[in-house]
Amino acid sequence: MLKAKGLTKAFGSSTVLKGVSLELGSSDFVCLLGPSGCGKTTLLRILCGIEQPDAGEIWLNGKDMTRAAPQERRFGVVFQSYALFPNLTARQNVEYGLQNLSSSARRQRSREMLDLVGLGDLMERFPAQLSGGQQQRVALARALAPQPPVLLLDEPLSALDAKVRETLRHEIVGIQRALGVPTVMVTHDQEEALAMADRVVLMSDGTVEQESSPIELYRSPKSVFAAQFVGRATLINARHSEGCVKVGSLSLPIRASNQISEGEPVVLSIRPERFSLLRTHETQDPNSLVLEAQIAAIKFGGAFWNLEVDCRELGHRLSVDLQNSGQAACPWEIGEMIRIATPIDALQPIGQA
Amino acid sequence: MNPAIARLDRLNQSAITLFILGAALVFIVLPVLALLIRSVLDSTNQFVGLDQFLRYFQTPSLVDSLIRSVWISAVSAAATTTLAFGFAYSICMTAMPFKGLFRGMALIPLMAPSLLMAISLVYWFGNQGFLKSWMGGGSIYGELGIFLGSVLWTFPHALMVLMASLTVRDGRLPEAARSLGASEWRVFRTVTLPQARYGLMMSFILVFVLVITDFGVAKVIGGQANVIATDLYRQVIGQQNFSMGAVVAVILLLPALLAFWMERRVRATQSAALSARAVLASPSKSKLLAALATMFCGLLSAIFVAMIGMAVFAALASYWPYNLEPSLKNFRFDDMDGGGWQTYWNSIRLALGTALLGGILAFLSAWCVEKARVPKVLQEGVNLMATIPMAVPGLALGLGYILFFNHPSQPFGLLYGTIWILILCTVVHFFSTAHLTMLASLRQLDREFEYVSESLGQPFWRTLTRVTLPVCLPATLEVSGYFFVNALTTVSAVVFLYSPATQLASVAVLNMDDAGDVAPAAAMAVMIFITAAVGRALFSLVSWLLLHQTQKWRFR
Repeated sequence: MLKAKGLTKAFGSSTVLKGVSLELGSSDFVCLLGPSGCGKTTLLRILCGIEQPDAGEIWLNGKDMTRAAPQERRFGVVFQSYALFPNLTARQNVEYGLQNLSSSARRQRSREMLDLVGLGDLMERFPAQLSGGQQQRVALARALAPQPPVLLLDEPLSALDAKVRETLRHEIVGIQRALGVPTVMVTHDQEEALAMADRVVLMSDGTVEQESSPIELYRSPKSVFAAQFVGRATLINARHSEGCVKVGSLSLPIRASNQISEGEPVVLSIRPERFSLLRTHETQDPNSLVLEAQIAAIKFGGAFWNLEVDCRELGHRLSVDLQNSGQAACPWEIGEMIRIATPIDALQPIGQA
Repeated sequence: MNPAIARLDRLNQSAITLFILGAALVFIVLPVLALLIRSVLDSTNQFVGLDQFLRYFQTPSLVDSLIRSVWISAVSAAATTTLAFGFAYSICMTAMPFKGLFRGMALIPLMAPSLLMAISLVYWFGNQGFLKSWMGGGSIYGELGIFLGSVLWTFPHALMVLMASLTVRDGRLPEAARSLGASEWRVFRTVTLPQARYGLMMSFILVFVLVITDFGVAKVIGGQANVIATDLYRQVIGQQNFSMGAVVAVILLLPALLAFWMERRVRATQSAALSARAVLASPSKSKLLAALATMFCGLLSAIFVAMIGMAVFAALASYWPYNLEPSLKNFRFDDMDGGGWQTYWNSIRLALGTALLGGILAFLSAWCVEKARVPKVLQEGVNLMATIPMAVPGLALGLGYILFFNHPSQPFGLLYGTIWILILCTVVHFFSTAHLTMLASLRQLDREFEYVSESLGQPFWRTLTRVTLPVCLPATLEVSGYFFVNALTTVSAVVFLYSPATQLASVAVLNMDDAGDVAPAAAMAVMIFITAAVGRALFSLVSWLLLHQTQKWRFR
């Protein structure tokens, strides 16, 4: 169990971490997600002991590790650059951290680990003879070989091609589940964080913006930053009025979770995929909101069409994804009026202006 | 690893860094300090402030040589830079054939002491020279000889700087200029030349300092024309006037310091000029340009071969200029005044010792700066100390060594008169370039190796011996080779420090020439040249063998 409390770090005059806390259970997979410069990498480097925090504490299984050297913590670390020793073979790299074992035990362990990452037959290759994805697998095997109490991954997939990244994502999660090693991964790729983590810690400007499961984070972002950084969303400024939310000419039966007084501003967030196209005579569900809108821009997105539409009732431009049903040409033109519907609960109040 | 051992691991790294700092203090900072202090004390050790500097500037003969030194150095620097730029441009930017051969020929003078060029010039154009008639009524002895000799021996240094600056240029710019319809001449004027500006300035500064601080050429061929470096030699060796010697050395320090400062400024403004996305320039395909380049490089290469060749020829001639039958008579050094064959073996010992110690220390100092987990202050301290020697001319360093190590109350005084002080002084003299080379090599290693290794619970020396050193071994051997060659050819720093038992071959060349035994001097210079060339080749061979033995990873 890893606990970090109130970690603060400044480099010169810029404060990179402003009192960040983090808890990691026995087989958690936590992703630190955020834009570059948000402090996520610094947090990871403090956890593994490369950097010292200015304030705060780190506890591992009830032991204070705040000032411990990396050699005492012995967390497994995998860097974006792989950092494989170029003059050692894959096997020698994996055995590098196993000096306390006898040479036959070392050999056995390195074989196990390389088999685990699917490189059993490339053991005697040098890093330069391996592909990027294979090198990253060796780095993972090397980090895991000494059975570290915690595994730290610093943007491990960023340097790889999209396809390799996809497969390695699944493999890393699979290995993490199989070994049950508590893991912290830093990434700026929200898709990666949502796909891999049990829990996402969204960071911005040295603080934790939101910490929740991937589903929760996507469904109900707690801040404008969260709504904009994770996935795409249209944000609409609205106002509380008589227990409803007033937006444009509409009054919608939405309740914010906390009690907010009359006239208070509120921001509504809606994901583009929550809209659907309505044919002229389709019946409408009482729980859904039907809007008239004029198409302002059309973008082809492969699996879907993304439309920018102006909605007079909301007084706002919306971003709308409509499924691609296989047309040979674009089924709409700019300026055309369409009717779209969305469930009312798809409009999530963020609760701050 | 338990906490105590982990803490010890950090302490050990600090201990190594402190050891390097301590060594730098004793062998770099204190001797220079001793020199500075001596320059404000008179011969009875009284503090006299800047009185001696005033006296220096009131002595017409000394001011004369100062002025002469400055203008000869400036003219040599301009000429060498121009010629070397033409050569570098021919190699890097034209479709000239035999580029490797020309490059090799141009780098030949690196293996020879600067004295060899001067001696060759004497044989070509001196009083009994082959081509004395070319001189008309003039004489090679004097400013002209110093100028020609300086250009010849500094040429490869300038060439290396300029080739480096031409090869790292962004090749997209000339292509963009051509696609906008610019002529070749306009491309050269508006793109190539401005891009090479940094290299040209660096080359000018480098040659200026090399010439103004060298005294070998002026000593051999200068005749009545004194320069500041020969003044310094005369004050110390001839008149035993250490105070005035120190004053001259401090004045000699100024241009080197100025150059050092300018180089740093130029480097700082230049560093961002080449982006990571730059594409290397491709050579021009013009046939005419290639033909011109071949003629130019051919002519210069012929001159280099003629210079070395003449030294060899003169060394082998029985009795110049009357009996040109080849013989080994001039190689009977034991029969001459100059120290005999012993000096040659001393030089070999010096070169091997310098190569070994210099290679190790340069690797360690660069490791302290780049890799050791120690407080930043210590790293910056080591880096600063390691770059000081660049700003200290050899003669000034040598004088500083006498003043510091020959002091009676000196615990390190035991070194005085041994080969060790020569080795240490030579290591220091050439340390900056070696340190910077090692630093560049270490910087190519992933910064995260240390972090990974620590997180895997390993002590620092394991990363050092298992990863850092093996990967950097070829660069370390290159640096050792550099020390080896320079230890053989240098005269300036060691000329004050040898004892009868540790006299060196390069100094023997000087002394034999001084005594009028010019042919044996040429013979010894040739011996140095051959040894340096063979040594360099051996270092490269070992480096190559090691690459194939231990660094298979580079080749698969």
